[in-house]
Amino acid sequence: MNYLELLKLASPEVAVVVTALAVLALGLASARGAGICSAVAAAGILFAAAAVLLLPEQATLFHGMLVIAPLTSLFKIICLVLAFFTVILARGDNTPRHRGEYLALLLLATIGLMLLVGSEELLMIFIGLELTGLSLYVMAGFDKTDPRSAEAGLKYFLFGSTASAFTLFGLSLVYGMCGTTGLAAIGQKLTAGPVQPLLAAGMVMTLVGFAFKIAAAPFHLWAPDTYQGAPIPSAAFIASGSKVASFVVLGKIVLVGFGPAHGSAAWHAMIAGWAPVLAALAALSIVIGNLVALAQSNVRRLLAYSAVAHAGYTLLGLIAGGREGFAATLFYTTIYAFTLVGAFSVVALVRRETGGDDFKNFSALWSRSPLLSGCMAIFILSLAGLPPLAGFFGKFYLFSVAMRAGTNHGLLWLVALALLGSFISLYYYIAVLKAIFVDDPETGTLNPEPLSSINLDFLQRMSLIVLAVGILFLGLMPTILVARIVASLP
Amino acid sequence: MIAWTIYITFAGAFGVLFMPRFFARWIALATALAGFATSLLAFFNAHDARTFATIVRVPWVPALGMEYHLAADGISLTLALVTGLTAVSAVLFSWDVEHRPNEFFFWLLLVIGGSYGVFLSADLFLLFVFYELVIVPKYFLIAIWGSTNKEYGAMKLTLYSFLGGALVFLAIVAAYVTAGSLDLHQLSQYKFPPQFQSWAFPVMFLGFAILAGIWPLHTWAPTGHVAAPTAGSMLLAGIVMKLGAYAALRVSMNLFPDGFQMWSKWIAVLGVIGIVYAAAVALRQSDLKFVIGYSSVSHMGFVLLGLATANVLGVGGAVLQMFSHGVIAALLFAVAGRMIYRRTHTRDLDALSEMGLGHALPFAAFSFVVASAASMGIPGFSGFAAEITILLGAWKAYPLAVLVTGAGMVLVAAFTLRALKKTFFGERYRGGHIQQGRAPVDSDWNEQTNITAQITVAEKLGASLLIFATLAVGLYPKLLLDRILPAVEAMRFLKP
Repeated sequence: MNYLELLKLASPEVAVVVTALAVLALGLASARGAGICSAVAAAGILFAAAAVLLLPEQATLFHGMLVIAPLTSLFKIICLVLAFFTVILARGDNTPRHRGEYLALLLLATIGLMLLVGSEELLMIFIGLELTGLSLYVMAGFDKTDPRSAEAGLKYFLFGSTASAFTLFGLSLVYGMCGTTGLAAIGQKLTAGPVQPLLAAGMVMTLVGFAFKIAAAPFHLWAPDTYQGAPIPSAAFIASGSKVASFVVLGKIVLVGFGPAHGSAAWHAMIAGWAPVLAALAALSIVIGNLVALAQSNVRRLLAYSAVAHAGYTLLGLIAGGREGFAATLFYTTIYAFTLVGAFSVVALVRRETGGDDFKNFSALWSRSPLLSGCMAIFILSLAGLPPLAGFFGKFYLFSVAMRAGTNHGLLWLVALALLGSFISLYYYIAVLKAIFVDDPETGTLNPEPLSSINLDFLQRMSLIVLAVGILFLGLMPTILVARIVASLP
Repeated sequence: MIAWTIYITFAGAFGVLFMPRFFARWIALATALAGFATSLLAFFNAHDARTFATIVRVPWVPALGMEYHLAADGISLTLALVTGLTAVSAVLFSWDVEHRPNEFFFWLLLVIGGSYGVFLSADLFLLFVFYELVIVPKYFLIAIWGSTNKEYGAMKLTLYSFLGGALVFLAIVAAYVTAGSLDLHQLSQYKFPPQFQSWAFPVMFLGFAILAGIWPLHTWAPTGHVAAPTAGSMLLAGIVMKLGAYAALRVSMNLFPDGFQMWSKWIAVLGVIGIVYAAAVALRQSDLKFVIGYSSVSHMGFVLLGLATANVLGVGGAVLQMFSHGVIAALLFAVAGRMIYRRTHTRDLDALSEMGLGHALPFAAFSFVVASAASMGIPGFSGFAAEITILLGAWKAYPLAVLVTGAGMVLVAAFTLRALKKTFFGERYRGGHIQQGRAPVDSDWNEQTNITAQITVAEKLGASLLIFATLAVGLYPKLLLDRILPAVEAMRFLKP
């Protein structure tokens, strides 16, 4: 092992680090270099994505600290693409102060995500979690002129740091029992059979930290305030990139590391292990997320509670376990992330035009911008799980995998609950679309003068179209992504 | 060839969306006509109505065994035909839509395309995709272009549909993981464990039957029909309710014959209650569209009763009733929503009876008389042929149900005649000048009522098409039954 080889295998991360430093320097050097900073950040991300494509098929460094496999490469690219869309989103955001620093933080968070995705070792995973977390805390509180942003940052930080403490404690207990930090080695050390109390404590504490990251109830309380208060690009990245990477790592930890202590969440046949814990989290998230979302009148808060519910659905795949279950979870969380970035892009533009993101700010959006409304309809309906959009296929995949798990449809209760939840969710999703398409321009608008149409520049238009068409296309042709994910799983 | 109905309709839908507004209705009409012509040709060219013969079969998501698989037998062809028929007349009856016409016809064509898709799907997942695809367009059609309490009606209808969809989803996923296949051919050969069928069948059947207006989950139908714009009501009553009934027959009954046997008498009970109850409620309504909305529920009760008989006559009659009711309900809603409401701006029966519409709008009166006669089951119209077939089938299976239904048919005749008389032949009308503006008029109208406006050519064409269809089938039901009955005989749930 020499440094040149290390550098070669870690070239995508290196590229992002260099870009982050360059953006930081550019931002400091010229006060009005916001446009250049965005361009450099976007170019750096694309370069890193290209570097991922050039990586070898399989490689392992330092006993799993850095793993290169089809799965990690695929999800590094997905994280980079999400970061790319976030950069475009940040470009249109009206917080031009300290653009360089903001983008540098975004890039640092992206490195954290890439480390999370590309590691099978507890220490490295924790470092990735912290790097992502610390960057995102600052990003959430970045808008110093807005007290809501400060609230978002503080809440996210307090919840996040507590959750990290739990995770670290849990991981140390697991290390104490197994004497190793490699996931595969932990999986071999743990034996199937009754779960020992110490291991149970370690597992539950570890899962608490991840439940925070994916905003699963009852560890979701930060999400509404952060989604609503943080600058929109930060919220979008917290909701998408951070979530995807967390699900990838959570899946690896429970399926590889804790694999033997699976337990069972089947109805009337619960066996102690991580599956019943996740099932409880999922059930609670679905119920709480959907019910509380019904009462929201702010689109960002609504998206936050729907994110809680979606975290619940996504957990179904992990509870089902196995290669199929993991694939379903990965597919769903990927689709969800892109949908949410799109939805947040629309929210950002509406906020720019109307100064807010309540339902009333969206009223009669169709008459102001058919493109925005059409794209929002696609994103919202995909979240609601209606065909022919990708969210529908994702739900079918998840639920069929969960139904197959165990003998005699043991997870039927959870699938039924999830379907009930998505039935409830249709009401509030339709309420958003009602504001956009049905409400008259006269009623509920803030300014009485006739509504002007909303102008989008080329990049905003393109990114929205790409995301919307992508969601539609993946709904019609899901096999493109499904086959790729299934093939990348060992 | 019949597969082109789907492609043409979806292509037309997106064409409408991106064309100048002047062309919108012409494109919609051309699309609907092309779909109708295709379904008509396919219907008459079908050589083998018995087998559910594959038309297209392409792998879709190989990892999960999903296929893009279309097939058709006599039942599918019949229902595709009524879809085409109703679609053409629905477009003709929305010729006067001036408010956001592109979007209107886009959603309209999506409903039509999705319906074709459901009737032709031979893959469970594909069928469900088309089935769910229809939900959201209905919401927008009602909430934007509807009348009277439209947002409430639209949301109620959407939530009921989606609740049904969720139940179906559950049962579909369960069937898929149990049998390991989504192909309807394979699934209809597969022997599901009876214990599994005993819960999967009612879940799936109820899910589909909600859309078919099963009592007591029928309340979305009258509310939704009343709130919908004319074309929306026509499609809802004419086609969308048939989606539920068709899928209940094609999927839940054919896949789970044992479960069906366990629950069939309960379906018959609910069907009969629906017939009588909805007819009784219709008798007390003062809004013309509510009368027609409840009559739809009552007529769909016949479909459920026919399905529950599990013999060739009953089930064949149910399919014939789906066709017949599709045509009749479309005609009734067209007269009530377009010909009357657009001119009088009220649907209150007492108010209408003072207007002397029988003199002012003779063509509307003629159409409504025909539709009412067909709806009451007068021989010579399609309603009679369908209902008598169902009752013949039911006589073998549930003699008691036939007696109760007989009473229900009296109620049907009563409310239909009441509505007909009050609408067109009101006794309070003394002749002479036509009284304008005296009737309580809906507050959301800001134009003057104008009941002397001529019935337009588009309306006449649309109504004539439907009148012709109900007469043709009423006089020569063999035309449809020749294709329906062999297909029903091939189903596996029939009692020997």
